[in-house]
Amino acid sequence: MLEVQDLNVFYGGIHALKGLTIQVPQGRVVTLIGANGAGKSSTLRAIAGLIRNKKGHIRYRGSEISGLSPVDIVKSGIVMAPEGRKIFPHLSVLDNLRLGAYARKDKAGVEKDLKWVYELFPRLEDRKDQKGGTLSGGEQQMLALGRALMSAADLIMLDEPSLGLAPKLVREVFEIIATINALGKTVLLVEQNAFAALKIAHHAYVLEVGAIVLAGSGEELIADSRVRDAYLGG
Amino acid sequence: MSLAMFLQHGLNGLTLGSLYALIAIGYTMVYGILRLINFAHSEIFMLGAYFVLWGTTLFFLPWYVAMVVAVVVTAGVGILVDRVAYRPLRDAPRISALISAIGVSFFLQNLTIVAFGAIPREVYRPLWLETPMLMGEVRVLPLTIFVPTLSFLLMLGLVWVVYRTKAGLGMRAISKDIETSYIMGVSVNRIISLTFGIGSALAAASGIMWALRYPQLQPVMGSIPGFKAFIAAVFGGIGSIPGAVVGGVILGFTEIMAVAFFPDLAGYRDAFAFVLLIAILLIKPTGLMGAKLEDKV
Repeated sequence: MLEVQDLNVFYGGIHALKGLTIQVPQGRVVTLIGANGAGKSSTLRAIAGLIRNKKGHIRYRGSEISGLSPVDIVKSGIVMAPEGRKIFPHLSVLDNLRLGAYARKDKAGVEKDLKWVYELFPRLEDRKDQKGGTLSGGEQQMLALGRALMSAADLIMLDEPSLGLAPKLVREVFEIIATINALGKTVLLVEQNAFAALKIAHHAYVLEVGAIVLAGSGEELIADSRVRDAYLGG
Repeated sequence: MSLAMFLQHGLNGLTLGSLYALIAIGYTMVYGILRLINFAHSEIFMLGAYFVLWGTTLFFLPWYVAMVVAVVVTAGVGILVDRVAYRPLRDAPRISALISAIGVSFFLQNLTIVAFGAIPREVYRPLWLETPMLMGEVRVLPLTIFVPTLSFLLMLGLVWVVYRTKAGLGMRAISKDIETSYIMGVSVNRIISLTFGIGSALAAASGIMWALRYPQLQPVMGSIPGFKAFIAAVFGGIGSIPGAVVGGVILGFTEIMAVAFFPDLAGYRDAFAFVLLIAILLIKPTGLMGAKLEDKV
């Protein structure tokens, strides 16, 4: 569904991604793991169209999207839930969700998806008139996920969704990601919590200083001694 | 001072205050989104008034039609200014856009001198707005009711756009976080254009009504009201639309009342605004309704 081929990204003088190639097949959960600064977020930001200074190919459903603006990328069916959640603290929960559907024109579909998101996250419905900033960390993460789902995108990119959450909530977030995937969404997941990510991932890539050093199924990588040593704490 | 006199001054203050408020809204909206003080806004105010002159003398439009046309054309000029002078500098340091704004201000002033001449011009005013009515003891100029009423309606319209439409949701979102709005699918440039359009339309409405009150048109007529409206926006808390309205009304009111109570100080009239500015900057630098300013990362 998504093919990234030989992607190079430059920040000023820094060569952040060096010929990255990954594939995200439809209906799967694919995860990128790696240390801080390995280029995980840069990969997602490049796909989302936020990084202009890049070389290489990004193809989605067969067509090249690397030149498109972020707005056109959302319209083509890829959405990103950014690192740090980035919900709008001064807007109500409902307005935050409506923003997720901003690029859509099908009003009936938006209302339907709103109901669906409320079913997935009942707490968001309870708090729909509350300001986003008043939610707890876990609720804010639900809101960020719900907002991404409101775009009706088929490919959801999640940047560190478990960051800063209590262990119980971390489990909940990974359960939700599995649920979203079971409902037909393709997921590209970036995580520092490598073990949890590998457990739900069909395919996984290990990223080191801007390049893929290892690839395989989630189970294979959990079993791999190099991954165990470097990312799973031995 | 008798009650009747006080009411009369009160209406005058409200009139002046709503004119400041309409200009201040444009400053505050653009600042809220781009963190830019659009110094060309004074000239947008002035152009609104001049376009009415043009409409009535060159195209022989009836005054009320000319006013509507002038508002629309001025909104277009505001959008054009953003496109030409600010958008190319979006990723540049903020000071560059500020300098560009000052440049646009000079450019528009001088363009007006070339197009209309530097000689003060008089604009047509419907007579009924200037004929005082007697309401009990109070002598009321219909203008001092017309201006606050129309301003109030325009502000209601603005509130509707900002809080009840999808574009308004986009505005509120990008005022907090442009990048995240962008990846949610908000067409940021289109929303910014709309912001300039609305702000300029309100400034034009203010300029046009200003010309009804003070009928001399000059290319530099925007400077002082523009400055004061900027102060009103800072006073109310720059970035906040209600703040701009409250700041504008307070400023207009204070100015009129200070002169009414202390006629000897009339010569210092223009200084009151600046005293108010210094006071608020000392006491509450973020303004009456300003949120804590966080610098954008």
